[in-house]
Amino acid sequence: MDKARFLPAGDRALVVEFGREISPETNRLVRNLYLALREAGIPGVGELVPSYRSLLVYYDPLATGIRDLERTLRELTAGLGDREWPAPRTTVLPVCYEPEYGPDLDFVAACNGLSREEVVTVHTRTAYLIYMLGFSPGFPYLHMSGRISAPRLANPRKCIPAGSVGIAGSQTGVYPVDSPGGWRIIGRTPVRLYDPDRVPPILLSAGDYVRFVPVGKEEYLAIAARATAGGTAG
Amino acid sequence: MTVLYVEKPGLLTTVQDLGRHGFQAYGLPAAGAADPYALQLANVLAGNDPGEAALEMTLAGPVLRVLAGGLVAVAGADLEARRNGSPLPLWETVAVQSGDVLSFGGARRGCRAYLALGGGVAVPEVLGSRSTYLRCRLGGLEGRALRAGDRVASREETGRIFRRVPAPFVPEYGASHTVRVVPGPQDDHFTPAGVQAFLTGEYRVANDSDRMGCRLAGPAIEHRPGMADIVSDGVPPGAVQVPGHGQPIVLLADRQTTGGYPKIACVVSTDLWRLAQAKPGDSIRFVPVSLDEAHRLYRIYREQFVSLCRQLRTGDMAGKQYRVSIGGTTHDVWVEESVAEYRKR
Repeated sequence: MDKARFLPAGDRALVVEFGREISPETNRLVRNLYLALREAGIPGVGELVPSYRSLLVYYDPLATGIRDLERTLRELTAGLGDREWPAPRTTVLPVCYEPEYGPDLDFVAACNGLSREEVVTVHTRTAYLIYMLGFSPGFPYLHMSGRISAPRLANPRKCIPAGSVGIAGSQTGVYPVDSPGGWRIIGRTPVRLYDPDRVPPILLSAGDYVRFVPVGKEEYLAIAARATAGGTAG
Repeated sequence: MTVLYVEKPGLLTTVQDLGRHGFQAYGLPAAGAADPYALQLANVLAGNDPGEAALEMTLAGPVLRVLAGGLVAVAGADLEARRNGSPLPLWETVAVQSGDVLSFGGARRGCRAYLALGGGVAVPEVLGSRSTYLRCRLGGLEGRALRAGDRVASREETGRIFRRVPAPFVPEYGASHTVRVVPGPQDDHFTPAGVQAFLTGEYRVANDSDRMGCRLAGPAIEHRPGMADIVSDGVPPGAVQVPGHGQPIVLLADRQTTGGYPKIACVVSTDLWRLAQAKPGDSIRFVPVSLDEAHRLYRIYREQFVSLCRQLRTGDMAGKQYRVSIGGTTHDVWVEESVAEYRKR
């Protein structure tokens, strides 16, 4: 393991950086420190923001001295390997890849010299590590094989519907809310990644996994109807 | 209960409190008032807890007709606040009556003003906050900025104590700002010349600045070769990120939770309001301080702020406002009660 670095990010946050590259091993360290800190409940420690290779730790300088906090973080970081951490969860997301929901699937197929079906097969074959959530509430950053990569749109769309599954370079992700965006859209999930009236409001967590399974339009609509009937407004 | 009818919405008027905290790990930005100092004092003046929801008005303010009166307070930028055409005092409690018209013009000093209503603005809490996050149409009034025809009401009646923020606690909003920064976390992504440019150059606030970030134009900040991008990581408020073009962006309340540009420094908490109040065209200079110094500044600021809020609440700086009519003109007269100690300073 690379030695962790502790860097100030202003006077109310600290970065614990485990490396400079993207790798599942580095991300695992981020996740485990995130879990350890949440469990430890250290006075003065506020929000935690896990990302690919570092954890941003917000703190209240009136409640904890920076040196005490850094010492505690060093101890926790050094002890991460001493115990078993809960196994990551895998969330299965049904996705309808039909043209109505995936307007760019043909483009992605053409980019890679594959058929539509082959793109879907590759996209649904593996479980993807959620390196981080960002961009919008609950948007998962997932890395995939280069076999179905595609460039972003030169002109981002004004509104991509919630649930849209996209590809940008060798990343794939899901738009949790209607938002502008430049990713190539290959399908849509009826599962709500973000629902402010649900506990928890955001379905996925950094460090867990997502797997996509293909569904037809009928099944998509049936799941969407159940989600609406679930009593959550908006 | 105070009720306001929006005649004209102004450039960008939104409901904001101290932000939506606890969801940044899930990619949900905190939002909240760009200038929490002015928001909190407006609230205390209106008889609220400091973190209540109020209206944040930007550069060109709204025109609001009072449908039901109550206590209000305006703090922050000077947006030419008027009541029924006469200047409305900032940084003090004001009683408004049904039929009054509160109008705001263009920004004379500062960029953002806060209008607090006694009781706080009545909009539903979403994930623990009433702040508007425009990009996801979340919180506030239907997730959007105010529009003509909207009604904004307060939630509950409050007492009728009149308060005024003493002059030493009212910030000066000039056109040039010196802002202290703590270097890092990615200052090693820049050449020595790049760091030098950042710390000695004069930057102008660009027109496309918004609640997400204060965009600056000035001497280009040079990255080390191949180091203009980083693997995305978490970004605190005040982070100065520098994309490949070398022009810095200081991230504010609506920033995304993570970003992929290196951060040369972060603005200290006690100076963040300066960027929230900087107008397009204003000048910004950055001065480095140590982390210990930033913490010392923060401790002093918090002690003063807590003490000020306590004094305002307990009425040590309270007075009474009377409305008198002389020759057909209405005047508001402020009678201070216990100001002897304050005058001695």
